[in-house]
Amino acid sequence: MTTIRLLDRELEVDAEGFLQKPEQWNEELAVEIARSVGITELTDRHWKVIMFMRDTYLSTGSAPSIRTLGKTSGVDVKELYKLFPKGPAKLAAKIAGIPKPKGCI
Amino acid sequence: MSTQAIQKVSVIVSRGSLEGIYPGLILANGARMEGIEANLFFTFFGLDAITSRRQNRIKVATVGNPGLHLPTWLGALPGVSWLVTRMMSRRIESLDIPPIAEFVQLCADSGVRLFACKASVDLFGLKREDFVDSLEDVITVGEFYEMAAGGEIIFT
Repeated sequence: MTTIRLLDRELEVDAEGFLQKPEQWNEELAVEIARSVGITELTDRHWKVIMFMRDTYLSTGSAPSIRTLGKTSGVDVKELYKLFPKGPAKLAAKIAGIPKPKGCI
Repeated sequence: MSTQAIQKVSVIVSRGSLEGIYPGLILANGARMEGIEANLFFTFFGLDAITSRRQNRIKVATVGNPGLHLPTWLGALPGVSWLVTRMMSRRIESLDIPPIAEFVQLCADSGVRLFACKASVDLFGLKREDFVDSLEDVITVGEFYEMAAGGEIIFT
């Protein structure tokens, strides 16, 4: 476990930069994390996915699979990859301030 | 030694059983989830995975499959393959892994490019219309190597 400094705050992250304490997250931080993974602008569609990831994690304890994300977030799989080309589940989780999804699907 | 991240994978699916098809789909989808470029190349009985009238009828091999820990004579009885397939499909669904037809479409929607092996298509007398719409092309082995150039090739 390491800590990084972002927006003048100390944050606990894993080796890949995923926040370990979701309660340390806020929307300003999301914008910073998005920038660090190459997404310069977060649109309403991005936010829809990010908040879905976060809500699912906070209510169930695990991040949704790409299948569930495509079926129930309101954004289909094709668009998910347009919004997050380097892996929707992984990047949305990182921006949403939740731990890296563990599943293979 | 420095390790460089994988940029592209081309996964060959050569078998037509449930346990023969899933690993290739999981590898290709998993690659896309990590932002890795991915191709799927279906050859021989693996073509069943993208053949419209067959992809929902894929079964677990219950004969000649020691990993199943089932006596060969039992695996050969009528209905056993159906039953084992049904049990395994339920387990797969409970893990939020899609059935094969849906999984192939998920791969395509995720940006995996799907190809069929020309020699196998000719061998089985299949036509383009026998396959799912998301199939990009029927290609030769030479074209497969061109497409796979610069990446890893995985045979399943």
